[in-house]
Amino acid sequence: MTSLSTRFGFAAAATVAALALTGCVPNNVGTTASDNTIAVDSSATDCAVSSAEAPSGNLVFSVTNSGDQVTEFYLLADDGLRIVGEVENIGPGISRDLVVVAQPGDYFTVCKPGMIGEGLGKTPFTVTDSGADLALSGDIAAQVETANANYKSYVKDQIENLVVGTEDFAAAYIAGDDDAARALYAPTRVFWERVETVAESFGDLDPRMDLREADLEDGQEWTGWHAIEKDLWPQDAEAGFTAYDQSKREALATQLVADTNTLYANVQELEFTLDQQTNGAIGLLDEVASGKVTGEEEFWSHTDLWDFQANIDGARVLYDGVRDILVEKDAELASTLDAEFEQLQVLLDAQKEGDGFRLYTELSTSEIRAFSDQVNALAEPLSRLTAVLVL
Amino acid sequence: MPTEESTGLSRRGLLGLAGAGVVGAGLGVGGAFAVGGGSASTTNAVASTYPFFGKHQSGITTPAQDRLHFAAFDVNDISRDDLIELLRDWSYAAARMTAGQAAGEYGPASGPYDAPPDDTGEALDLPPGGLTITFGFGPSLFDDRFGLAAQRPSALIDLPKFPSDALQPELVGGDLCIQACSDDPQVAVHAIRNLSRIAFGRATLRWSQLGFGRTSSTTQAQKTPRNLFGFKDGTANLRAEDTAGVAQHVWAASEDGASWMTGGSYLVSRKIRMTVETWDRTSLREQEKIFGRTKGEGAPLSGGSEFTEPDFEQTGRDDIPLIDDSSHMKLAHPDSHGGAQILRRGYNFVDGNDELGRLNAGLFFISFQRDPGTQFVPIQLALSRNDLMNEYVRYVGSAIFAVPPGATSSSFVGAGMFGLP
Repeated sequence: MTSLSTRFGFAAAATVAALALTGCVPNNVGTTASDNTIAVDSSATDCAVSSAEAPSGNLVFSVTNSGDQVTEFYLLADDGLRIVGEVENIGPGISRDLVVVAQPGDYFTVCKPGMIGEGLGKTPFTVTDSGADLALSGDIAAQVETANANYKSYVKDQIENLVVGTEDFAAAYIAGDDDAARALYAPTRVFWERVETVAESFGDLDPRMDLREADLEDGQEWTGWHAIEKDLWPQDAEAGFTAYDQSKREALATQLVADTNTLYANVQELEFTLDQQTNGAIGLLDEVASGKVTGEEEFWSHTDLWDFQANIDGARVLYDGVRDILVEKDAELASTLDAEFEQLQVLLDAQKEGDGFRLYTELSTSEIRAFSDQVNALAEPLSRLTAVLVL
Repeated sequence: MPTEESTGLSRRGLLGLAGAGVVGAGLGVGGAFAVGGGSASTTNAVASTYPFFGKHQSGITTPAQDRLHFAAFDVNDISRDDLIELLRDWSYAAARMTAGQAAGEYGPASGPYDAPPDDTGEALDLPPGGLTITFGFGPSLFDDRFGLAAQRPSALIDLPKFPSDALQPELVGGDLCIQACSDDPQVAVHAIRNLSRIAFGRATLRWSQLGFGRTSSTTQAQKTPRNLFGFKDGTANLRAEDTAGVAQHVWAASEDGASWMTGGSYLVSRKIRMTVETWDRTSLREQEKIFGRTKGEGAPLSGGSEFTEPDFEQTGRDDIPLIDDSSHMKLAHPDSHGGAQILRRGYNFVDGNDELGRLNAGLFFISFQRDPGTQFVPIQLALSRNDLMNEYVRYVGSAIFAVPPGATSSSFVGAGMFGLP
């Protein structure tokens, strides 16, 4: 609890510095989190809130579950229905914080031990006007709905392209047209990488389709893109590696096509919540940081920069989908992210060659280092996106 | 049987500055190298030294010290007798150093003026800080070089390749290992440095690892420390006080096979690189989900406080278990492995940074168990397959060693393996 408050205080302090640079300093942003921490005791019989009012701004409800059932805590709007903030799944004896940016007004606090029914100890809570200049927290439901719908279409479109591309790739590979297969490899995988956090979320499919040789355990059969990749680019293979025979080629290619069709079916009915979208963008940057920047993803073909660009494309789509909401809530963060995305694209553009990219093995150490640094520069502020957007 | 030759340093060791067997007599008494003056040894006399000789080697159930220097060695092209002599010399020096004495008889600032000192000197004036020195034998020692193949314990398996292992060959295996632990990093380094020096010509360093913060408690009195993910580590560890558990899960027994290992144990080390940069930008929600515990208190997400037993059946909203099925705690829990437990004794490390400007940081995992094949392996396999944490860790080093029982004061570590008393 202490560490969280400290961290929150740090975040607030950073905001002060940033705003000071623009000459626009709200009145009381220096207020530390601990000043506005309100203790909530959710017991079997009550929902005791340590204070009935607080000044507007960042509020921290520190909820402790002293009962013996899993509990939830809600901050409700003045109609007693609309949820302004909530924390769920608090086990007995556990404490968890709810951090909200609260506008002046009337609210209710309520706990819900056992997670069912109307809840316990519903009590009025007043937020007085501190004079703080707070972002508007309008009803963003419509914007979230639009973002969700757009991302749904994007995912389906990418996987549709993946199906078509994979069929062409598999046909060339089975036919023994290795040049054609090699030419199709990276441009087809791009459709996977753009929506990688969704594509890899099907636990049974991902290891069949995208497992790297290093991730195998003893005795495990290796299938999917990278198994074929090694056969197409055997120059880095271990001594004694023998090219696959025709029946193995056919088995691998056929399964990859079938699995891709299964993936296509799986994504048709997916819906995306706001936090899934924001966390998806963050996750794609992590994919870049841990697999692509290090050249480990495309260990045989060295086409890592195609994947790199595709991950960034996917993250950018997710970010653009929620950017309007972000501008209303934290324009500063939006402009930071705009700039960092752009800077990363400048680095990627410099490595473009024809329709694709230079191979990872052609990059100098300093070029790789520059990529890594810029990925960190983007990923660090991007990691705040969920907390800023999702109540 | 005990003679000066068997207890003292051999002529080959320490540049011929062999001394008489002061070891037994000097234990716990201080001796010529009595360090840090009288005050340190009187105030910390109990906690600052542990016996080298005994039924078990120290450094296993010993309260985990704060610092580690671990070293793996390859044995040179030497004879069986040379190997025995090396182990005698190591035992002699280890017994002295753990008692707070110099590695050799004369010490770092005495002895023949025209000879290099028989101790390197950086631990002069430092209390031993609970120094323990623990020796082990790797599977490769039991090949045909030293006539030990028949002595290889069946429990000393070759570890399988685990999924997502990214092992670097230079950080794997070794014929011999030494685990030196102390509350003072310089004392631990001093031990490895002097033992490496004694081994020159007979064994050479293969890899070594510094650890700066213990990540497990091995006694109930110790507070649970934190790993570099910021979470408490080792909450459910086996503790020395649990003598029945330790007897069942840690110490090799006479019915286990290789009789010379009775009272010994098996050590598995895994160097686990953590990508702390990506971890640090993960939400608190996700971090706690990955561990299955709260970050502050270390309580299981099913409720309670740090030492409350997790309730894997406890569900929250939408009937989803509060502790994720792929959380680190669930996968490693004894309930998931027929009650299998291990004694963890790992350390945090930071080896500078890598070429991408990321901290080369992580956990140097050490566990002791009676039978790695049925204890460590199934746990690691479950983690390597499904642990949510895998996105943030990568296994780069791996080794297994048979840790023989403690030596008697008239003998040396591992004597039983050679059929010697």
